[in-house]
Amino acid sequence: MTPAQTWIAAFLTLCVFSFLYKDNPFYRFAEHLFVGVAAGYLLAVQWQNVLIPNVWTPLVRDQQLLVLVPLALGLMMLARLWDKGAGIARWAIAFYVGIYSGVAIPGYMQAQIFAQLADAAKPFAPGWGAVNSALVLIGLLGVLAYFFFSMPHEGVHGAGARLGIYFLMVAFGASFGYTVMARVSLLIARVQFLLRDWLHVLPGS
Amino acid sequence: MGWVEKLLSIDRRIIFLLVGAGVIVPLLLPVNLPVTVTPRVQAAYDAIDALPPGSRVLISMDYEPEIMAELMPMSIAVLRHCFRKHIQVVAMTLYPAGTGLGEHALDVASRAEGAVRNRDFVWLGYKSGFQVVMIGIGENLRGMYPVDFYGTPLDSIPMMRGVNTYAQLSMMINLSGSSAADYWIQFAQGRYHAPIVLGCTAVMATDYYPYLSSRQVLGLIGGMKGAAEYERLIDVFGDGRRGMDAQSLVHLIVVLLVVVGNAALFATRGGPGAPAARPGEAPPR
Amino acid sequence: MRRVPLLVTFLSGAAIASLFFIPHHKAQAVNSKLLEWTLVVYAFALILGSLSLWMSHAKKVKKRAEGWPYSMVTLVALLAIPGLGIWKGVGAGSPVGMIYDTVNAPLASSMFALLAFVIASAAFRAFRARSAEATLLLLTAIIMMIGRVSIGELISANLPGITEWLLDVPNLAAKRAIAIGVGLGAVSTALKIILGIERSYLGRS
Repeated sequence: MTPAQTWIAAFLTLCVFSFLYKDNPFYRFAEHLFVGVAAGYLLAVQWQNVLIPNVWTPLVRDQQLLVLVPLALGLMMLARLWDKGAGIARWAIAFYVGIYSGVAIPGYMQAQIFAQLADAAKPFAPGWGAVNSALVLIGLLGVLAYFFFSMPHEGVHGAGARLGIYFLMVAFGASFGYTVMARVSLLIARVQFLLRDWLHVLPGS
Repeated sequence: MGWVEKLLSIDRRIIFLLVGAGVIVPLLLPVNLPVTVTPRVQAAYDAIDALPPGSRVLISMDYEPEIMAELMPMSIAVLRHCFRKHIQVVAMTLYPAGTGLGEHALDVASRAEGAVRNRDFVWLGYKSGFQVVMIGIGENLRGMYPVDFYGTPLDSIPMMRGVNTYAQLSMMINLSGSSAADYWIQFAQGRYHAPIVLGCTAVMATDYYPYLSSRQVLGLIGGMKGAAEYERLIDVFGDGRRGMDAQSLVHLIVVLLVVVGNAALFATRGGPGAPAARPGEAPPR
Repeated sequence: MRRVPLLVTFLSGAAIASLFFIPHHKAQAVNSKLLEWTLVVYAFALILGSLSLWMSHAKKVKKRAEGWPYSMVTLVALLAIPGLGIWKGVGAGSPVGMIYDTVNAPLASSMFALLAFVIASAAFRAFRARSAEATLLLLTAIIMMIGRVSIGELISANLPGITEWLLDVPNLAAKRAIAIGVGLGAVSTALKIILGIERSYLGRS
């Protein structure tokens, strides 16, 4: 980054952090700028990395007429802008949803359902490890029982579901701890940027 | 109003100041607390370390600048390890804004370890479409990437001779801040059986433990802390380890806030069952 | 008139799901081509979203509604970035690349970093041990926050081991159950979509 870029980035960082005091024009400026730049950047990227190589080049240079199919579907999507065009836009949505539904079936079945069930069904670890293996299996059955809503959570099923909640709470607690860690890491990096790259006051900067 | 009520209705900006100080003070006055290596990071290190010199790995750095705080130190550490072990790296990204970041990570790591482009590593750059790229590499790498990021044909790069699918790559290392990790597991591992080592943000880390148990993922580096552990394993002092004093102190502050908040509420309202917040005490936006 | 979109969903979904199981390279070429087409449709969906964003902010400016100067900021960015991107590209070193590094990256990471402050404040005010489940979540979170960082080991040498056990046993069990549950849910929803049982994605007629 050039010094000018560093100053702009530092100013924008401080604009965002000013919200910690209270909502103010600097924060609202930064917020609106972010929305515009992020959306504009996505558009520019789609143009350069998707529409040019996947539509323009094959159509104009290589004259592959098959490209007209996705182009037509894409243009149909834009018909959504008019009330009467909603019906046409459904064709494009139907194609997109259909493809990703089709992708989801083998992907999830193989990587998440079968592989995880196979690992859950493997023999317990030897020695004391067997206790942990048993706990993992009990926890898995408990949480699955909790997620099974076709039957009321009563009797054995209810007890299993209750146990499942405790396992879920531990998992959510772990996730919370890690989320704090992630957000603090991002803050550390922003402060490092301000102190090291902008103000040059960090040791070794 | 008693002191406990006063404490509970403390201005949130005082808490913000505490957190801010918790980050700034340790960065200005570092004590360099020790970093313990956890088994999952050790497993990631061991998996890469066990590769013989001359092996080739695919490294996809799938992240954008907003989360580079966690993933950039990790990328540099993993790349340095590979270069030090003379493991050849085929690097890429699935995010357009990751192009500059991947290039930067390769630049820093190669300078530090004396690695040379097109001899020790290749930078393929960005290509759009997660699954398209993953299937493309599984079927025909050259069809997907006829040239590298700088326009050099892959056929003219010596280290790429004979490399055209996952089968010729000893490992896939994904440094990811998104669902790209799930797709690498589904396609590169599930479909093409490539061994995977995963580095991810801390938010994502706990979700991948089932994949570690099933060996769909061989090792896991989670967040800036994971990066700090990896830096310790390869004996370098990077941004991961530099941030660990502040990380410790802010965690301690958050824990103290939780304990004080609960103790104060317990003291005033008889403990469990008390409401979480008083009427009108809206959480901050 | 929904019969055609439903047929499109069925054909595209069934085709892509079947192609996953066919290892022949020609089948995979068709698979890749269909997935490439979705990228084009997705690009148009983003254009649609950006046009919608443009219209919403343009309306505010036209009516001189409250905060309209901020909407101008969004509009200018939304016009300038794609324009520059189409003209000069989006790669590292391009004007858009520089704007991304100088404006978007600091704004995005500062927005995320704000969450560190908000999480700390929320933890003080709302993270309460109100029930056995909440207590379990809270205790796990505390153990994780302390045990996963350097200070944890200074407090007790056993803490890192405890956090590892929490992640490896209860967390693993719960996350595996969630992965299997999500997988089953995703596959069944995908099947319902492909077979035309689930139609809500097509909107109201």
